[in-house]
Amino acid sequence: MSQEKERLENKGGGWKEWFSAKNMKLLTRPFGADNPITVQVLGICSALAVTAKMQPALVMAISVVVVTGFANLIISLLRNTIPPRIRIIVQLTVIATLVILVDQTLKAVAYEVSRQLSVFVGLIITNCIVMGRLEAFAMANKPWPSFLDGVGNGAGYGLILIIVAFIREFFGSGTVFGYKVIPPSFYEAGYTDNGLFILPPMALIVLGVIIWIHRSMNRNLIEK
Amino acid sequence: MLRNFLDKIKPHFGKDGKLHFLHSTFEAFESFLYVPDKVTVSGCHVRDALDMKRTMIMVVFALLPCFLFGIYNTGFMHFSALGETRDFWPTFWFGCTKVLPMLIVSYVVGLGIEFIFAQVRGHEVNEGFLVSGFLIPLICPPDVPLWMVGVATAFAVIIGKEVFGGTGMNIWNPALLARAFLFFAYPSRMSGDSVWVADAVSGPTALSHIASGATDAVPSVSQLFWGFIPGSVGETSKFCILIGAAILLWSGIGSFRIMFSAVAGAGLMAWIGHQTGATDATMIQHLLSGGFLFGAVFMATDPVTSAQTQAGKWIFGFLVGVMAMVIRIFNPAYPEGMMLAILLMNTFAPLIDYLVVNRNISRRKKRLRMASEPSAVVNS
Repeated sequence: MSQEKERLENKGGGWKEWFSAKNMKLLTRPFGADNPITVQVLGICSALAVTAKMQPALVMAISVVVVTGFANLIISLLRNTIPPRIRIIVQLTVIATLVILVDQTLKAVAYEVSRQLSVFVGLIITNCIVMGRLEAFAMANKPWPSFLDGVGNGAGYGLILIIVAFIREFFGSGTVFGYKVIPPSFYEAGYTDNGLFILPPMALIVLGVIIWIHRSMNRNLIEK
Repeated sequence: MLRNFLDKIKPHFGKDGKLHFLHSTFEAFESFLYVPDKVTVSGCHVRDALDMKRTMIMVVFALLPCFLFGIYNTGFMHFSALGETRDFWPTFWFGCTKVLPMLIVSYVVGLGIEFIFAQVRGHEVNEGFLVSGFLIPLICPPDVPLWMVGVATAFAVIIGKEVFGGTGMNIWNPALLARAFLFFAYPSRMSGDSVWVADAVSGPTALSHIASGATDAVPSVSQLFWGFIPGSVGETSKFCILIGAAILLWSGIGSFRIMFSAVAGAGLMAWIGHQTGATDATMIQHLLSGGFLFGAVFMATDPVTSAQTQAGKWIFGFLVGVMAMVIRIFNPAYPEGMMLAILLMNTFAPLIDYLVVNRNISRRKKRLRMASEPSAVVNS
């Protein structure tokens, strides 16, 4: 029913329709009120594991954007031919293929970073965000909105990843992307890097504080 | 006169007063200066105006001997490391210059945050921090930079307490959380094996001798007991800790169940460790060295974060003692296990209570069943 309605609305076609306000909302909503990490609380484990430094976090974010975007696109293209009973297997196959592609590309292009990310690139397969968007959106929507939704959610995830990584790297190592940003005079005056920020528990705490801030800015997220 | 002044300015802080937004600050000062009208009997997790202040002040009194001795010992360690002997007062004064700034920083930062949260959330300022703020300098080595104390205090108050809803709602002991923060964030300062003695001199603690197996180097039992040894500010003198324990027990604030079972658990575990050869130190050396007694008396007995049921307290204390010794003896990375043991058991305290309460319920149900239909029980 809703598909029918959508088709009628999009009948006019043309590039303007592609970037209509409704479609752009799919792309931008995950940054704020519908953020996969801070609101849906998905994909937490990789967010804790790869955020000790900015560089791996950024690469991880890009990888997830690629995977969510294209997985949504492909599943949406196939959605009418997938038998409902085996849809999970089909979805997993698509995701796994994409993840292997990303993993191999990383190994070829950025070996150092891929070594740091180690198993976590492979674990994108199990990232709840990817599967969640396929089930919730791509199975019921057209390819282009699905693609936007995937990219948006991947980017919303990546944004949080990068914020957490920035805080952790800045306080934990005094660097940003590996460059020293805290001047040496601070260290001479007795400043010491905070080792706790390097440890995984601090990622959880930083994430918690981000959710706290997000919720207090956006009151309607708070459950009654 | 003060009373008159407070009464005069009180209307401004009322519902319609122009200074209403500062009302919790006002109430905090008023009740700090005068006994509040509403008073209840025990436990500060009961969020009644109960006399939490009385409780807290009593704990601070119990801590005073440790605090004063800690100040003196800081100076004493300094001068004896330099090979000088001084009179009592210069020694004490030197200790003051090291310890008092830590106390001030801890109180200013902690209370500042408490006041802000109380103001924003519109409740009164709770006194929980009076004790936490007093404990923080006591469980730090004397040379911790003041900004580290400040950061750790802020972390403990915000993440350890306010996130959960303030005093009485916290899962972990805030003072220990501050120490844990320092311990993991700045490990070189807080490892528990060597500690500041004088400027630019650091000496190994009794615990590091135990951990490295050099039991000959461990101070004698009387030294360990009276406390003229290097260590964190308040933990060294077991004598002063026992005075504090006596005050807590006499006033009924500290739970004797937790204290005794913690010592029993630690004693048992240290004895097993010594018998099996896992540690060279004797049971007495283990019990008297490091922060074990201090933790057992002042931190494990925290009424908010320990178990609440009577049976639960025995279990809680015993496990704290056992865990402290297990960490000390079997994990060479952590010469002192008391902090981690208490934090771990804080986490499990609600579970212990739950089991104790459920057991009680099922026992009573069984009794009820037996009373109402004796034949059914006999048949089954």
